[in-house]
Amino acid sequence: MRPAVSVDQLIKVYKSTRAVDGISFALEPGSITGLLGGNGAGKTTTIAMILGLVLPTSGTIEVLGAEMPRQRYRVLHKVNFESPYMDMPHRLTVQQNLNVFGRLYAVNHLPERIASLAAELDLLDLLDRPVGKLSAGQKTRVALAKALINAPEVLLLDEPTASLDPDTADWVRTRLEQFRKRRGATLLLASHNMVEVERLCERVIIMKSGRIEDDDTPGRLLVRYGRDTLEQVFLDVARGRGHTREAAQ
Amino acid sequence: MPQTRALALASQRIGAMVLRYVYLLRSSWSRLLELIYWPAMQLFVWGFLQFYVSQNSGFFARASGVFIAAVLMWDVLFRGQLGFSVSFLEEMWSRNLSNLLISPLRPIEFVCALMIMSLIRLAIGMVPVTLLAIAFFGFNLYGLGIALAAFFANLILTSWAVGMFVAGVLLRNGMGAESLAWTLMFLIMPLTCVYYPVNVLPDWLQVIAWILPPTYVFEGMRALIMEQVFRADLMAEALVLNAVYFAAAVLAFFALLDSARRAGSLLQTGE
Repeated sequence: MRPAVSVDQLIKVYKSTRAVDGISFALEPGSITGLLGGNGAGKTTTIAMILGLVLPTSGTIEVLGAEMPRQRYRVLHKVNFESPYMDMPHRLTVQQNLNVFGRLYAVNHLPERIASLAAELDLLDLLDRPVGKLSAGQKTRVALAKALINAPEVLLLDEPTASLDPDTADWVRTRLEQFRKRRGATLLLASHNMVEVERLCERVIIMKSGRIEDDDTPGRLLVRYGRDTLEQVFLDVARGRGHTREAAQ
Repeated sequence: MPQTRALALASQRIGAMVLRYVYLLRSSWSRLLELIYWPAMQLFVWGFLQFYVSQNSGFFARASGVFIAAVLMWDVLFRGQLGFSVSFLEEMWSRNLSNLLISPLRPIEFVCALMIMSLIRLAIGMVPVTLLAIAFFGFNLYGLGIALAAFFANLILTSWAVGMFVAGVLLRNGMGAESLAWTLMFLIMPLTCVYYPVNVLPDWLQVIAWILPPTYVFEGMRALIMEQVFRADLMAEALVLNAVYFAAAVLAFFALLDSARRAGSLLQTGE
């Protein structure tokens, strides 16, 4: 089966900094993959290159069979993205924002789609409120509604639960799981949150200094590193103890 | 058929962006008021000045309306560009630009939406002010007839070209370049001879003035009001220059967008 997303020998150099240094991976359709890494590991740049926001220095990216960024307009209506670091127009109400983005993505039966998303994401009481007047948790739900407005085949998420309380974060994860199951969508999730990655992802790619340091299922990573949690595995990789430990075992 | 569908989808996306800006204007009285406030202030200052000097000078009595026409035309040029640039800036202020650039909205459709918004904002600001000009100073801009269409078309094309260039620089350099949106047009103002004829400039500055399309419009406007002559030749020359500037602005916008994608500037559109 053709991968939903494939990245081959991807490099991004900003002036003298190699933000991404020759990474390759492929995401199977319908899978959830976590992209783990510390600050400056290259996660956000990788996602931005997949979306066409940043041009790679070299290497190739394919999304749903389209070469990115050259053929991006063939597939962008089937892709979406959510990040707490991007906002939506504050003065527009939730309904107005979803209406605008729904039209941009040419969503069929838009009023019904907005109504169903609002019910699913508990936004019915917020539809007429300006986005700028919402709490952080409410804004995340609206951003999620925007990211799901086109029922994307590929959904990219950059720390989707950052700055949320544990209850709201858990609620968001449940919605993402439900969406993936129902839609059969492919999800790529960049995160610092090990609990989130452990719960949601069936595969974890660990990045450090622009390179892929490891790539496996959470279960196999725990066994290989002889650890109880992904956080311990992450610390091993971040502090360069991963290979030593594996070699010892 | 696929082309018809692509065109329909492009129109839908442009419509979505126009709707987004209309929602914004509807939600903010201050934004709406601001569209009328400055053109009205300009009109009153220059209108009363013209009223005063025309009582004391035969020349200005003969040139009745020339200052008011100039200030209104200048506002078409300046507010047309601001209408384009401010709508673009709204996306940067609200950190929404990345959302748009990862959506199916194409840059050219975005530019079309900004041009439409420039016209809408201009209409909201300028139509009431032209009516005030009739009420307070007896100057009817619409009395210029078909010439007004030629003046307007040339001025709005220049304003869009400047707006597009500014948007490209903002994409590449972020909000640090915001002041360009408010000041760039004032850099060319003295050279476009809004309130005085080109021949008052030193010879070497006249050469520069004649490579700016608005200079032809303001000269044409004075010829029409003071000598009752419509200079179609000036309008044609301005149109040719505008075609060159507009094409250059489109190329610059796309080159700067490409450069922003290379530099990763679109990930950080703040200062």
